[in-house]
Amino acid sequence: MKPAVLTGEYFMTGDVACAEGAMAAGCLFFGGYPITPATEIAEHMSGRLPDVGGTYIQMEDEIAAIASVLGASWAGVKSMTATSGPGFSLMMENLGLGICTETPCVIVNVQRGGPSTGLPTMGAQSDMMQARWGSHGDYEIIVMSPSSCQEIFYQTITAFNLSEAYRIPVVIMTDEIIGHMSEKVIIPRAKEIQTVSRVKPKGKKENFKPFKPGPNGVAPMPAAGEGYNVHVTGLTHDEKGYPAMAVEAQEEMMKRLIGKVRNNLDDIIKTEGYLLEDAEIVIVSYGVSARTSFAAVGEARAMGIKAGLLRLITIWPFPEEQIKELAEKVKGFITVEINLGQIHREVQRCVGYRTPAYLVGHHGGTVITPDQVLSVLKEAF
Amino acid sequence: MAKKNKKAELQPAHPLDDLIRTDRIPHIWCQGCGIGTVFSACLIGMKHSGLELNKFAMVSGIGCSGRAAGYVNVDSFHTTHGRAIPFATGLKLANTDLNVIVFSGDGDLFAIGGNHFIHAARRNMDLTVICVNNLTYGMTGGQVAATTPHMARSTTTPSGNPENPFNLPLLAFASGATYVARWTMLHARDLAESIQVALLKKGFSFIEVLSPCPINYGRRNKEKALDTLNMYQEKTIIKNGADPSELDIDFDKGVILGKFIDVDKPTHIENYDKIYRTRE
Repeated sequence: MKPAVLTGEYFMTGDVACAEGAMAAGCLFFGGYPITPATEIAEHMSGRLPDVGGTYIQMEDEIAAIASVLGASWAGVKSMTATSGPGFSLMMENLGLGICTETPCVIVNVQRGGPSTGLPTMGAQSDMMQARWGSHGDYEIIVMSPSSCQEIFYQTITAFNLSEAYRIPVVIMTDEIIGHMSEKVIIPRAKEIQTVSRVKPKGKKENFKPFKPGPNGVAPMPAAGEGYNVHVTGLTHDEKGYPAMAVEAQEEMMKRLIGKVRNNLDDIIKTEGYLLEDAEIVIVSYGVSARTSFAAVGEARAMGIKAGLLRLITIWPFPEEQIKELAEKVKGFITVEINLGQIHREVQRCVGYRTPAYLVGHHGGTVITPDQVLSVLKEAF
Repeated sequence: MAKKNKKAELQPAHPLDDLIRTDRIPHIWCQGCGIGTVFSACLIGMKHSGLELNKFAMVSGIGCSGRAAGYVNVDSFHTTHGRAIPFATGLKLANTDLNVIVFSGDGDLFAIGGNHFIHAARRNMDLTVICVNNLTYGMTGGQVAATTPHMARSTTTPSGNPENPFNLPLLAFASGATYVARWTMLHARDLAESIQVALLKKGFSFIEVLSPCPINYGRRNKEKALDTLNMYQEKTIIKNGADPSELDIDFDKGVILGKFIDVDKPTHIENYDKIYRTRE
């Protein structure tokens, strides 16, 4: 056996840092399927996982990959998969099963240009709404986006921790640029890494209710083979897990699924502010585009424009309150993202018509430059 | 509660009750449906295997047969349409002590889930797959399936099925399954024994079970529930070791039942452990 935490300083790609973060978080199962630009995560896991006591399998498609991940999670093992747009589309149905059956797992989408086969080797951020609403039905989900190779290492650990704590699939929405870029990554000592594992049930096993929430809205989760004889279904179900085809049962289940996220927003939502204290113009961005925005803020300040950056670390649930508060005191917003306005519309929704909100978007395939942000900034304000 | 106990004293439990979620009875299966018999045979096979019942897990997809997971009193997973096998694959790989049964229907396993079936068989994944083949999509009202005979009528082939059905044992054999058998639900004892053998056998085991759907298949094809059972009795031949290529379902010629394949090959888990867990 080799250590799961490879303490040290490295020069590694975002994809590899993601895989190392997963193992540092305790991931022991990866169900994969090759797809550019996410393949390197599967490749790295296939070599490393058996050495730390885990299992890698390459499934026949992404539908099977995520199905195997859900199965492994119910065997009590922290599990993940990684893909890009076309594979993410195929995973949507079983993402819903994961939500409905409250199955912890982590899904990484290394975004590339779309729609369809699009630009396999070139980055984009155009699956952000798919990550929120891609599976059918109403639901809440946790989605995060990293801006550097170091951050994707830690964010993968956080993704596993949140997924275990809330019994929910967590999605990391990175992009080809972060995935394929090499940067310095420091992996700390194992004891400095905080990991969270799902709460296991205690007490009698007979008539156990695997969907009866505890005080934080999350039910303890047994694993298959532990004697709880759980029943797990994607049908609307009661706390016992039994199908319940009734309006009341639907309401109760939906309140539970949605409540565990909406009632814990302070614990889940993470953002980073840069020069926001006196900012008149707020740039909202995430992932690789936050790096563009960071440079743009610096250049704007040098020109005497009071710009600041709100970097979204958690994308969903959306940091609505924070943007509403900022809207009360600033002149306007600019959202910077490699799509045609997916998060921009969320910002617009939050600020209403009180404050102007602009988009610096892109069709995909390359990063946005600070100059593109600056020109909109100067023109609009 | 007291009332229930009193009733239990008067009425001794059915010998399979410990394997059934009795609080979920009555089940959804129609009168004349064969799934219940296949389900019982599965429970008997589980019991007679002597394996620890707590280490069984059942995974189903969607459809009438897919509801089996909702009635068995072991850890049970009613997944998405067609995806029982890959879910079961993850479950088994992450805890190799589990005995994982996939219990589902022909539409689920061989149309929407066909790709997963052939790959799990190719890998020799350690699963026991039981397919209830009623030749149709029963739950949605009787549409044509990948197993519906040529020219049979269904709600979506009102003038007869223009397509040809799969020979499931041949498909399983060609894909690499190490145990392949076919029975009808009328051959309940042979079936239970076959399931017992399959459960104790390592690797990918596949059992096809012919089962009537009088409501949604028989009704449209001039086949009453008893007619189907008569065919199962009179138009079947037990021929163990038969060549899988002769196993097309044609009741005019006679349908071959029995155990066709029983070979030993290293399982996926054995190979993975050998190659990946012993290296320096």
